[in-house]
Order: sequence, then C-alpha cells, then structure tokens
Amino acid sequence: MSLQAIAQESKAYYCLECGKCSASCPVSRHDPAYSPRVMVERALMGLEDDLAYDRELFSCLTCYACGSICPSDVDFPLFIQKARALASNHGEHGDCAHSGTLQALARLMATSTLEQRRLDWLSSDGHRVAEQSDVLFFVGCAPYFEPLFEDIGVDALQPARGSLKILNSLGIEPMVLGDEKCCGHDLLWTGDTEAFEELAKQNVAMIRETGARKIVFSCAECYRTFKEDYPKYASLDVELQHISELLADSIGNDGLSFGEIKTKVTYHDPCRLGRHLGVYDAPRDVLEAIPGVELVEMERNREESLCCGTSAFTNCDACSKQIRVERLLEAKSTGADVLITTCPKCQIHFTCAMVSRGSEKGPDVEIPVKDLAGFVASALGDGDEQDG
Amino acid sequence: MNGNGFEPKIVAFTCNWCSYAAADLAGTSRIHYPPNVRTVRVMCSGMVDPIYVLRALEKGFDGVLIAGCHFGDCHYISGNVRAQERVERLRRLLHTLGLEDERLRLEWISAAEGGIFAETIEEYVGQLKELGPSPFRKEAAA
Repeated sequence: MSLQAIAQESKAYYCLECGKCSASCPVSRHDPAYSPRVMVERALMGLEDDLAYDRELFSCLTCYACGSICPSDVDFPLFIQKARALASNHGEHGDCAHSGTLQALARLMATSTLEQRRLDWLSSDGHRVAEQSDVLFFVGCAPYFEPLFEDIGVDALQPARGSLKILNSLGIEPMVLGDEKCCGHDLLWTGDTEAFEELAKQNVAMIRETGARKIVFSCAECYRTFKEDYPKYASLDVELQHISELLADSIGNDGLSFGEIKTKVTYHDPCRLGRHLGVYDAPRDVLEAIPGVELVEMERNREESLCCGTSAFTNCDACSKQIRVERLLEAKSTGADVLITTCPKCQIHFTCAMVSRGSEKGPDVEIPVKDLAGFVASALGDGDEQDG
Repeated sequence: MNGNGFEPKIVAFTCNWCSYAAADLAGTSRIHYPPNVRTVRVMCSGMVDPIYVLRALEKGFDGVLIAGCHFGDCHYISGNVRAQERVERLRRLLHTLGLEDERLRLEWISAAEGGIFAETIEEYVGQLKELGPSPFRKEAAA
C-alpha cells in the first residue's frame, strides 16, 4: 500500500496539526521523541523512508487514546497498522518482545496441515464441551501463553477455564476447536499482513464448517480482530460476543447464582475492548452483580483509560514499563484488592511489571491481576473455589 | 520427498567450550558422521533463545539439536542449567503446536567426546528419517 493510500484510508489528510494526539498519547508523555503528529506530517510530506525506518514507528500502542479525541477523526492506529506493513516491505519489523517468539508461533500456526494439541488442558477439567453446538468458544493463544508466562506467575488458562465454567453454568455446552489458529492480531499489528490473511482464512473456513451461529471470546484482542479486521479478508456471518457481554445479558439468569465475595475491585479497560469496540458497561455490570463486590474506578477509566503499555508484543521498553507502573499505582491508590481486566495480555504485562520491579520496590505496585471470566467463575459457587 | 529419499536437515547449536570442540575433535579425528547437520557455534547453550529454534523450524529444518557442557562443566557455571529449563518449556510449546518431541534434542557433549558427537548425529539422523519431514518443511523445501 502506498503512502497516499494509507493517508487516504486513515483519513490522515484531514489532520489539522493541532497536536491533540501527541498531547493525549501515553507514550509521548514518557518519550518526548515520539509524536503521532510528526509521524502523520511526515507521511503527508511523502517521506516514505523516514516513516518506514523511524525507530518510533513500532512504539505506538495502537491504544486509540489519540483516535478517540482527534477533532478531524484521523484513525491514527489504522495509519500505524498500515505504515508498519509498509515498513515490513522495507525489512523493518520492530523490536518484538520475547525476541519475536509469539509472532513466530503465530506464523508457524499458519501451516494448514498442522495437528495441534492445544486442548490438552481440557481433559483435566470438569468442563463440558460439545461436538456440535450453536455456540463456539474461541480459546485464543492461552495454551501457548501458559508455558511462556508461568514463571512470572500468570495462569494464562484462567480466562478460558473461567469462561467454560460460566458457559456451562448457563446451560451452554460450547464447541472448541482442536485446530484453532491464532487470530493473527499480533501479526497484523506488526506488519505481517500476509501471514495474518492466511490465519484469518483458515480460522474462518474452520468455523464455517462447524456451523456455529455464535462465537464467544474471552480475549479482547481476538474479539476485536474477528469483529473489525476479519470482515476485510473473509466474511463470517455469525454473531460475535465477548464473555463480559454474554454475562451482562445473562444477569438474573438462574444459572448465574453468585456466592458472596467480599472484596474491593477496580476494572482496567483493555484498549481493544474499550476504545476499539466501545464495550465499557458490560464488565462493570457483571462485577456489580456479584454480591459483596465493591467496584471502585481508577482516576482514568472508560474512554480515558490508560493502556497497559505494550501491544502486539512489540517494542516493550523502559517507556512501556513506566506506563505500566503508572497504571498500577493508579490501581493501588483506589484501595482495591484486585485489578480486573478482560485481556490476557494486560494481565501478563501488569504481572510482568510487578515481578521485574524488584523486591524492594515491588510492594508499591503489587496488586493481584485477574481476568474477569476467571474472577466471575470463582464467584459461581460449586465447591471448586479458585482463590478469589 | 517422502520415504527412502528423505534426508533430514538438522541445525545444531553447539557451545563454544564443549560441544563445538567435540564437533571439531570428531573432524580432526576423521570420524565420519552424516552431512545432514549444520553446526552453529554459540558461546553457551544457555544463550540459545527459543526464537532460534522456532526460526529454524520456520525455515524448514527437521530437527534442532542444542548441545552444551555436562552439568558442572559449564564455562559460565550454570548456563547449561538454563538451557535445560528453557528446552523443557520450549518442548511444551512445540508439543502444543503438534510437533513430535524428538524434533528438539538436548545433549551434553564434552570437548573430549568427539566420538559421542558423531554418534549423536548419526542416531539423530536415523530418528528423524523415521519421523519424516517436519510439517513446516514443505514451503521451505529447497
């Protein structure tokens, strides 16, 4: 895609150079060298090389803090997504976190003949899944995150287990795909459009074959990717729902009888579910429906929520860490006992910031981070309590 | 490329202090071993990042061998312990991906064990021949 086409699609041509984007950008606050406004300007001046080789191109969190306040409605994250694809043609791929392990795994998954063993965790659970059902639960990359992030203390499968427990409680026995592929989110946002397309096509074909009428997600990123990006590559005529929305719709349903959890929680809006898709109320409604749970808001919440500091596992640097610590301090200052989120990556990133903060500074930012589905599942009393 | 004609491609990450020297010794001692292996010298088995292995698989290698010093012999004291921890975790990832465990192999070979290096390669080639090509190979086959 040419620079002109990118500017056109992201509406960068309408930029007024007001600088609201740079003023609202969480990265610019910590890294003055980074400026969305300057990047757009460069693109409009046709400086393709400057943009493609800009070391700040991969610093963007694509969190939509800028996009949601831009008076000209410039879609800066989309601009970044396309500019990264352009940069990747120039051989620039950014500094992927974990040396690019997660992107490599996603690319490997694009091999169509692969027979994954991604559901091994299911057998040890008491959860019920069906061979044929109207509802499909999209597990996401949790089975891969588990070995990768267990050393920092993240139980990556908690959201998936929680979601299955919730679905079962509601009398739904969903299908799960043994050969589900990565949704491709990280590849799309780091410029590898080709592999993303391949993953999208395979996922869509597989889901069509199952005849599912509704897909439920526990991961905010998968949800966003299916909803916003897949339609551009392959159409999938099914209802898509995040587990928090399903829960919010089912409050009052007999299956959802919550036990009391006496605790104070605060909710962190992941960029993908919040600003990208506008889902703010559902998770909050669910939390408030649990007896004993007191929901307190952080200073910046909903549209103004701060990003967790890294997206698509790229460019995780000192600045990312600062943003994370900033957010964790904000969460701590609410006096909450638990920080709840709906994105597995926010959970991973926050936990990582606490662990790598060092034992002497740790307590300032230490707060348990839990996924909404896991937390709600622990309130669904039937004996097998998770620590809630 | 199936059946009898299949020649597996192996990449071996060998540590500078023990296993690479072992490969060298195998050479200077004129011990024959199959030419299916591409040896990459690394300073320590503990520096083999998971991405090295994943990238090798992506490029179409059928097996990856990581070889380092025996426990207690590591030039950097405990690099090989790290290598082992990392490989165990990586195995779980590859298992989830649907790959056979044998595609990733970890061996401790000292600088004096040129013969063992040659035997290891021979045995590994045989094992991979039985397993057949890696599922990631077809696009990268050349």
